[in-house]
Amino acid sequence: MLRNYIKMSLKVLRRRPFFTFISLFAIGFTLTVLTTSAALIDHTLAPMPPETMLDRTLGIYYASAKGETIRVNSHPGYKLLDRCLYDLPGAEMVTVFSSASPVNSFLDGRKIESHLKRTDGTYWQVMHFDFLEGHPYAEDDDRNANFVAVINARTRREFFGNAAAVGKTIEADGQHFRVTGVVADVPSYRDNPFADIWVPLGTAKNHNYRSEYLGGFTGLILAKNQSAFPDIRREFQTRISQIDLADLEVPGIAVLSVRPETYAEAASRRILGTPIETTRSGYLIALFAGLMVLFMLLPTISLININVSRILERASEIGVRKAFGASKFTLVAQFVTENVILTLLGGTLAFIASWGILAIFTHVGVVPYAQFSPNLRIFAAALALALFFGVFSGVYPAWKMSRMHPVDALRGTTL
Amino acid sequence: MISLKNVEKVYRTEEIETLALSGINLEIEEGEFVSVMGPSGSGKSTLFNVIGLLDEPSKGSVLLAGESIQGLPDREQARIRNRQVGFIFQTFHLISDLDVIDNVEIPLLYRHLSSSERRSRALRALERVGLASRVRHFPSQLSGGQQQRVAIARAIVGQPRILLADEPTGNLDSQMGEEIMKILMGLNEDEKATIVMVTHDARLAEKTERIVRLFDGRQVN
Ligand SMILES: Nc1ncnc2c1ncn2[C@@H]1O[C@H](COP(=O)(O)OP(=O)(O)O)[C@@H](O)[C@H]1O
Ligand SMILES: [Mg+2]
Repeated sequence: MLRNYIKMSLKVLRRRPFFTFISLFAIGFTLTVLTTSAALIDHTLAPMPPETMLDRTLGIYYASAKGETIRVNSHPGYKLLDRCLYDLPGAEMVTVFSSASPVNSFLDGRKIESHLKRTDGTYWQVMHFDFLEGHPYAEDDDRNANFVAVINARTRREFFGNAAAVGKTIEADGQHFRVTGVVADVPSYRDNPFADIWVPLGTAKNHNYRSEYLGGFTGLILAKNQSAFPDIRREFQTRISQIDLADLEVPGIAVLSVRPETYAEAASRRILGTPIETTRSGYLIALFAGLMVLFMLLPTISLININVSRILERASEIGVRKAFGASKFTLVAQFVTENVILTLLGGTLAFIASWGILAIFTHVGVVPYAQFSPNLRIFAAALALALFFGVFSGVYPAWKMSRMHPVDALRGTTL
Repeated sequence: MISLKNVEKVYRTEEIETLALSGINLEIEEGEFVSVMGPSGSGKSTLFNVIGLLDEPSKGSVLLAGESIQGLPDREQARIRNRQVGFIFQTFHLISDLDVIDNVEIPLLYRHLSSSERRSRALRALERVGLASRVRHFPSQLSGGQQQRVAIARAIVGQPRILLADEPTGNLDSQMGEEIMKILMGLNEDEKATIVMVTHDARLAEKTERIVRLFDGRQVN
């Protein structure tokens, strides 16, 4: 039966090129925008290499320090992380690393601009980078302040053409590092893994950072699983409250707010600007969902409208089908299927279109090292959106059609 | 086969009540070919609709093949229409978006048949009306007489025991009308189909076994 409906719908759509074109255009456009947005959100927030374990990771991304006359909002400092991050209950691993900062290198009189990140050794275990050659540096390299570096593919190209880089030396910000490994480029919108050059924390030019509570660093806690989050948060909070605020490098602080956040919570806080104490990622998800529904409302209403206005046009067909044995249920099923077919076609077009748009985003290079390739999750999202759209805009008109009295339906066209 | 007892049909609109049928008692035997005649507005189409379950009588009872059909749920009524009755309308009512063979297959869609079975039955029905060579045409590419033959094929494809025709020749010239009439008579003779045909045309009516005459919603003899 379903196969029949599908075949029939395709025939009807082919016979009505104008209606089909208009509908597909509207549906395709809407779903393209939605699928593209979903893809961008997915690429920014979802776990994917190197952050494969993002779903059981909590981050210390942000510290807010308030006094009567002063207010500091920044990344946490090394000292804060060093005091509060280690040996938390339910944590498997932690890593501390600096924000990527712009540095210059000079090679044969040519300037190379890069982002440099200083990390501890566990960084390479919390992140799963794709090593094109060599290997990461280890905890010992950090402790001994060895001048070693991991670079990305772009940096290898800049320094060495496309020749192998491991064992060779690069200069950055006046320091020289021996390359131990080369990784694939990571997009700049993934804060945690993004950099061009990674070097051990211990190689920093001075060690002032070790006494600072505010600024410049991020800590990640890889929990054994998500159910350990509450314990980790609680213990971390206890440790924060034990910090003597007089020790902070900024005087006059009365309240220090730091909170382990999931990546989505951090994104939510940044986008919505909510205070760190009250941020829940639910708000952001609700906002995205709300915007999507709002955006989808207009084409949905217009599709419902087109369908309702076609009822009269299709009255004779409804009458005939009823006369020859279609029940109300069969008719609803047929019309909803037709509509779903239409929206699925629209969804397919949208998926292809967003593929193209994402490819353009990736290649134009607005966002450094962006890799907006569609994946299964995005395909599923497009499919779900299209299905929802199809059923939602099809059910009401179909129900209305099916309720027509056969005599009235048949008279519809003769009068 | 068809049994109407004391059937009455009242149409109520805001201002007026129209008594479209009143006190209709009608017994039609299996295999009979009955024509229904009467002036315009006398209730012929109303009778056609009531017999075919397209409309419910206001009073009285209708039995098809011994089955009472009052108050049956929608699904059951649909099943009876599908199995027992084939409809032929004055204005053909072919679905313009579907080609000839898809139109003819419609009644079979609501039965559990394989698509090859549907196809071969539809082809047989089209052969019966002499249109086997036009299966891929669309209704708009056919003459009125051809369209009505497609409609007849659709009415007979499910081999219902009752054929109901409401002025099947009303939109056709007399020669095409004759052809349609010939097909209906053939179906009545060869297949023993019970046929009720509403018509204006006295010459066609005379060819049937019995004429039911309506005037102002009442039977007259
Ligand atoms: N849906 C309806 N609403 C109101 N009056 C109707 C309706 N259908 C038919 N009638 C009235 O019922 C009477 C019989 O109509 P109909 O059965 O169509 O006559 P015929 O087919 O013999 O011309 C007419 O007076 C017509 O105006
Ligand atoms: Mg009439």
